[in-house]
Amino acid sequence: MDAVYSVMDTLLPFAPFRYAFMKNALLALLFLTPLLALLGTMAVNKRMAFFSDALGHSALAGVGIGVLLGVSNVTVILVAFGICWALLITRINRTGGASSDTTISVFSSAGIALGLLILSGSGKYGKYSSILVGDILAVTPADILCLGIALAAGVALWVMMYNRLLLMAINPQLAQSRGIPVKAVEYGFVILVAVAVMLSIRWVGVLLINALLILPAAAARNVARSAAQHALLSVIISLFSGFAGLCASVPLGTSVGAAVVLCAAVCYALSLLAARLLRVRLQA
Amino acid sequence: MSQTPHPYDPTHRHLEHLHGEHCGLCRIEVDHVTVVAQGDTLLQDVCLHLHCGQLTALVGPNGAGKTTLVRALLSQIPYSGRIRHMDDKERVLHSVRTGYVPQQLPFDKMMPVTVTDFLAASLTRRPVWTGVSKKTRSQVRDVLSLAQAERLSGRMLGQLSGGELQRVLLAMALTPIPDLLVLDEPVSGVDQNGLYLFLDTVEQLKRRHHMAILLISHDWSLVRQYADEVVLLNKTVLCEGTPETVFGCETFRQAFPAVKKEVE
Repeated sequence: MDAVYSVMDTLLPFAPFRYAFMKNALLALLFLTPLLALLGTMAVNKRMAFFSDALGHSALAGVGIGVLLGVSNVTVILVAFGICWALLITRINRTGGASSDTTISVFSSAGIALGLLILSGSGKYGKYSSILVGDILAVTPADILCLGIALAAGVALWVMMYNRLLLMAINPQLAQSRGIPVKAVEYGFVILVAVAVMLSIRWVGVLLINALLILPAAAARNVARSAAQHALLSVIISLFSGFAGLCASVPLGTSVGAAVVLCAAVCYALSLLAARLLRVRLQA
Repeated sequence: MSQTPHPYDPTHRHLEHLHGEHCGLCRIEVDHVTVVAQGDTLLQDVCLHLHCGQLTALVGPNGAGKTTLVRALLSQIPYSGRIRHMDDKERVLHSVRTGYVPQQLPFDKMMPVTVTDFLAASLTRRPVWTGVSKKTRSQVRDVLSLAQAERLSGRMLGQLSGGELQRVLLAMALTPIPDLLVLDEPVSGVDQNGLYLFLDTVEQLKRRHHMAILLISHDWSLVRQYADEVVLLNKTVLCEGTPETVFGCETFRQAFPAVKKEVE
């Protein structure tokens, strides 16, 4: 870790980065934002922004259940609960009944309510309320290692399933007629999103996690003209927002997560402008 | 038609990677196929043969079970009866390749996906977000050339016209070269001229690759011009034979009284 720190000292000779917790926060952001940005491209294409929002909210219930069971390792219970919740939403959406946004809304509110119920009842609300906004400055080298492994594993899985997911995003029936196991790939994707969201949520927070998943991909989509551009721009925007947000939060003395998400929102606004300019030039 | 097909390498050596080994399909036998879903009989005792090197047009009123028959042929739904694939020595083949061109492709037109991305995603395992290799690009061009759509490779999928999208979908259905090609009313949303050009391409494919083609269509002049066989379906096969035979038969006149004039 010391070697990494000394490299960072050379690359970033700025006062705030003298502190180890700032270096840790930057490393954590560099690991978690690209994975969320990559997954986000497909979440946006598949119109699943609302789904991932519900997933993030359910983290509160995950923590609550963890408290009830007396599990000390919050991350494990969060990931396990996130996977179950994601599979359940997908399963119920597949079997139909209400429209998917209704189903997702039910799951979203139920997740929050369940979490608040357990945490307020057990008197541990104060201890765990930090999960609402997250605290990336508290990240430890061990957490960073965990995020790094998650990034590597996530990207590997992403490489394996992307092409099939893309065809499914364009049209599921067509994908099925080409022999793609649509159901299995769909479940694989929601599990991957659930794991990525739940591993990041302690640092980014329930309220902001979906923004990191959706905003970079949505901004990139406004200007990208191919799948490769979409992925590349999304990752660049997420890395830029992560870095800029962290830097800005120091002089402003604000929450890092909020600053990062606002940076991404500014990128989104700029991308809308760029898209309009591109269109004007194409028409001219 | 107005446009002559452009010269082609008669050996198709450059396309070998798309073919694999030919399975030697000769005909598809549909024997007493019945499909019942939620108590409704969608198909009743359907018997027909589809031959390789022939374009069979499937016609029938709305709700006649045309799409159901296609889904049974593609083994997407359960059915009773038997569908067999026979080779020229009367042996049963266990796997045949099918290509399916859907009626329409509802998709998000704003999605940043090019025609090359779309086809490369179905040709290779390398994720297209990491870019498309030179080798795959030339493969995509070969595939598009089968549907005479090479010039579309760089365009965004959402910006294609109906006819252009149809050609891209045909190109996708042709990879790998199928033994049975199903065109599900492939001409809705395409202008008349584009439609005949499309069927010209299909006809060339039929001659060159000797595939069996099933066309679902309501366009009688199109059916008359391009179909070798016509099957009139309404839950069951009412009438089959050459276009002249079917258009002349009494059941066809009863099923489509309004089109009598158009056909003659």
